[in-house]
Amino acid sequence: MVLTTRKHGESDIILEVMTLEHGRHLGLVRGGRSRRHRPVLQAGNELTLNWKARLSDHLGQFHIEPETLRVADLMTSSVGLTGLQHVAFLTRLLPERHPYPRLFHALGVVLDNLADPEAAAALVIRYELELLGDLGIGLDLTRCAATGTQEDLAYVSPKSARAVSRDAGRPYHDRLLPLPSFLLEGQRQQGSELTWADVRQGFELTSFFLDRHFQEHGLTESDTRGAFLNALERRYRQDFPWNF
Amino acid sequence: MAQKNVAGPEIERLIQLLAKLPGLGPRSARRAALHLIKKKEQLLVPLAEAMGVAVREIGICSTCGTVDTSDPCTICSDPKRDRGLLVVVEDVADLWALERAGAVNARYHVLGGTLSPLDGIGPDDLNLASLIERCSSEGFSEVILAINATVEGQTTAHYIMDQLSDLDISVSRLAHGVPVGGELDYLDEGTLAQALKARTRV
Repeated sequence: MVLTTRKHGESDIILEVMTLEHGRHLGLVRGGRSRRHRPVLQAGNELTLNWKARLSDHLGQFHIEPETLRVADLMTSSVGLTGLQHVAFLTRLLPERHPYPRLFHALGVVLDNLADPEAAAALVIRYELELLGDLGIGLDLTRCAATGTQEDLAYVSPKSARAVSRDAGRPYHDRLLPLPSFLLEGQRQQGSELTWADVRQGFELTSFFLDRHFQEHGLTESDTRGAFLNALERRYRQDFPWNF
Repeated sequence: MAQKNVAGPEIERLIQLLAKLPGLGPRSARRAALHLIKKKEQLLVPLAEAMGVAVREIGICSTCGTVDTSDPCTICSDPKRDRGLLVVVEDVADLWALERAGAVNARYHVLGGTLSPLDGIGPDDLNLASLIERCSSEGFSEVILAINATVEGQTTAHYIMDQLSDLDISVSRLAHGVPVGGELDYLDEGTLAQALKARTRV
């Protein structure tokens, strides 16, 4: 799946992709700026790639074949385009050439549903949680860190990144992060709609741990999340005013 | 083995500078330099004079952001242009392409790029504030977003649409679809899907 492209000389590009077996991978595409290749080499599109290099640690060259060109469907959706840039930015946090098959499949699901704002919000938050896990800061939302119960989990501890039940967390609720119920297995009823408050809480939760990762690794955060949230907020106001 | 210079430093510098032009590599730059030197009176001198004038006279139009020798530019100061129609383009090259087509008699606004958060290009890096200012004050009835059909281009288009949503201006964008002379068999699926979505009744 195409993440980004960078110009290289007058006619070539350096392509950055997320692959099933080799994770995040870069390579040169000869003639990548040609009319034939440009529509294919848009972020979010799925390609079949053949990578060749003289030595395995070289940049190497990609030979590309289009597989699923999803991005055209997202062109008219502000939520879709900003969401696409946000997940591409997040995926670039992963180390190169290390396989993350779960994340690869999750990315495919996110990209397939980005045009639907409600699905996109929930899926991007879940993708962020999955990514945090692969970055070594996985959140444990299965049971309460204090009592071990699996019932009525309402908070997440910013220190341990583990869930806390409503009763155990009540005395410390101002120091804990709210846990929206849709992130708990089996909590969301079929047909129930995700409210804007749920979306906000979900992103506040993931951004707390992602921001910590940025600070610890001296990374510069892009404003892709802000743009995605703005686009989501506008669509929620417009399409789901009763959930706003 | 280090390559020896075959000409004086002035000629080598000319070759090096020509090699930086798009479409020219070191070999073709050497050929171009030799051609210029051979045709000194007919080509090199007029070219040097034209470049000198260009350096002195060419600037950026403070209204629309295009390049011209006057400010406001020829297009902005043309009274025959439709005062109610504004075409927003990414780059001066796009403006020139639309003018070559002669399909629209409007005024323009050149953004100077597209929003690309992954590359750290935000709204403040583009000519966007002046676009909003123009739209608020110059009484346009329609703004046409003639921005490339790329992820970054369309993200920029959506951003502009949102910024202009409070103004009483009709905003449109270019259609995406089958190019003239294009064969369906050779089109990518994305373009075909867009063309079908934007089909028109005949």
